[in-house]
Amino acid sequence: MLFGYAWDTSSNWAFAVSILPILLQGMIVTLEATVLGFFIAAVLGLIFAVLRAVPLRLVSWPTIFIVEFFRDTPLLIQLFFLYFVLPEYGLLLPAFLTGAVALGVQYSAYTSEVYRAGLEAVDRGQGEASRALNLPPAHTFIKIILPQAIPRIIPALGNYLISIMKDVPVLSVVTVVEMLNVAKIIGDRTFQYMIPLTMVGALYLIMTLLASYLVRTLDNRLPTQGIPLK
Amino acid sequence: MWDYLPALMQGAWITLELTFWSTLAGAFCSFFFGLGRGSRNLLLKSVSVAYIEVFRGTSLLVQMFWIFFALPLMGVRMSPMTAGILALSLNIGAYGAEVVRGAIQSVIRSQYEAAKALNFTPRQALWFIALPQALPEMLPPFGNLIIQNLKDTALVSLITLSDLAFRAESLRNLTQDSTTIYTLVLFMYFGMALMLTAIMKLLERRVGRWRGTGAR
Amino acid sequence: MTDTLVKFDRVTKRFGDFTVLKDLDFEVKKGEKVTIIGPSGSGKSTVLRVLMTLEPINEGVVYVDGRPLWHEEKNGRLVPAGEAHLREMRRSLGMVFQQFNLFPHMTVRRNLIEAPVRVLGLSRKEANKRAEELLAMVGLTDQADKYPQQLSGGQQQRVGIARALAMRPQVLLFDEPTSALDPELVGDVLKVIQQLAEEHDLTMLLVTHEMDFARQISDRVCFFDQGTVCEEGPPEQIFKTPKNQRTREFLHAVLHPNE
Repeated sequence: MLFGYAWDTSSNWAFAVSILPILLQGMIVTLEATVLGFFIAAVLGLIFAVLRAVPLRLVSWPTIFIVEFFRDTPLLIQLFFLYFVLPEYGLLLPAFLTGAVALGVQYSAYTSEVYRAGLEAVDRGQGEASRALNLPPAHTFIKIILPQAIPRIIPALGNYLISIMKDVPVLSVVTVVEMLNVAKIIGDRTFQYMIPLTMVGALYLIMTLLASYLVRTLDNRLPTQGIPLK
Repeated sequence: MWDYLPALMQGAWITLELTFWSTLAGAFCSFFFGLGRGSRNLLLKSVSVAYIEVFRGTSLLVQMFWIFFALPLMGVRMSPMTAGILALSLNIGAYGAEVVRGAIQSVIRSQYEAAKALNFTPRQALWFIALPQALPEMLPPFGNLIIQNLKDTALVSLITLSDLAFRAESLRNLTQDSTTIYTLVLFMYFGMALMLTAIMKLLERRVGRWRGTGAR
Repeated sequence: MTDTLVKFDRVTKRFGDFTVLKDLDFEVKKGEKVTIIGPSGSGKSTVLRVLMTLEPINEGVVYVDGRPLWHEEKNGRLVPAGEAHLREMRRSLGMVFQQFNLFPHMTVRRNLIEAPVRVLGLSRKEANKRAEELLAMVGLTDQADKYPQQLSGGQQQRVGIARALAMRPQVLLFDEPTSALDPELVGDVLKVIQQLAEEHDLTMLLVTHEMDFARQISDRVCFFDQGTVCEEGPPEQIFKTPKNQRTREFLHAVLHPNE
């Protein structure tokens, strides 16, 4: 029994059918963690990208270091750090939230790079032209630079959303009961690992294919007319 | 703090070993399936596409658990080390295969035409003309994948391999000194990543020599 | 006739809806130097690319040295050729490209050696000797160990010519060999081609926009328009007394662009 569903081990097929609703419960947790982690990564990454662009080395250099550090260290260790170290300083977060923060921290390194590359890909001449036309800087950024950068940024962010989804199972080590953990628990109790784990693999395949299809659709819908994308 | 170092160093050594072997095997998978995907042989092509889609479309940890927990029930037994290397290299190889394919596709068509005009066979054109030109294109993304692979090795601690992450966890259990241990371990991973990045940069400079020579 | 080396027999080539070559009949004799001129889109480069087997044809038959290029004879019928036949036919053909298409990852020397060794089976020593002779001919002996990017466009194209010659083709195809060059570099390349034309009995087929040059080296000039030979004849006749209205208009536009 898990989440109020019992499994039926009379045959492989019956077993697979009976555990599907349980796995789907886990999938909901996986999706929640994905969305929350992605949100944190998107916001934190933006902050890093801005700090990095500050023309003051006292600010930009430490930011570069932090981003590099976040990128080059494993998610698992970052997660353990947050999970075991933060409480020592009085910050007690639920496991799910800790996991989402860890995902956000890890991927903020990647998203900050996405913002930076997206903005830098906009031709320098665009900014110069705006200055020549005497447009105010804020107007230049919002009306000229940003619309050209967004079509580059969105698809790249979408791909990291998918990566985050694939990293959610790591959260199982701090007791988050996401899809893989559910399969593991079922396996531990029934000694049948093959079916639940294969099903998780298949469900993942469906989720990522669906997600990349959505990202591609979104990508095609973005107004890119006349914007020279590489 | 110094008391932890010997144990952690031993773990770091396992981590490096894992990274080394899985990168090597992963590179093999990258080329085999990356080239296989562009092959005219329909069987090889479909096997390559399936491999790439499955391993890129699912989670590494799922793959690792599947190899470690599910395969033995089918009678396939292997040591945690073998299982870890297998999972890591198959996973990174699928991403690498896409890198190989993309780099080969980026070789411009006129190079193939020149090869054809000189009567190279398609295979010779691939091996002697396209691949050497694609190689420098592959190195930067390969560098990123190697770092990714280094980080991924931490997951083998979950299938009982005593790598750096595993040592950290056992030390924490023993001493409850999480702050010191995990800070230390984070910096050790960081150091290893910087080391690998430096090696890749050196390699890039050597392999791409013919490209940067703009002087006339 | 045995001295016809290249023959297009009612060849049609289409790109989608666009017909590039239309029922083309065209011949080149052994040792002949033929220049193809014409407006862009007239199909002149396509003739060379079809000959080099880079573009398949839709209808008709192309013969090289009496044998069908794109077809094989099976039970008395012509069927589309397989890769083995194409490979064999390609042995008599060589091509010099507009964009040179040198192999950027190989030194000049290796650009010249690679194909003779791998395709013709020459020993490295033989291939190297051949390469040195050719480099001397195009005046680049001292550049042998540089990479293509270190050379000027004109030098690269001379390497391109040497590379094609290293395979000892019967027919050498030049696809606008000087169009990608800065004006001051064109002369060196043309000199090499002219020297080739004068000193060897190589069959040469050139597509070019250099009208003076075409006049000097060709035995025959063909004016292409809309996928067929519109007019052909000795250079003097074509350039001085063109019979066809379109030839006259084209030559006038090319030779007197400011009128």
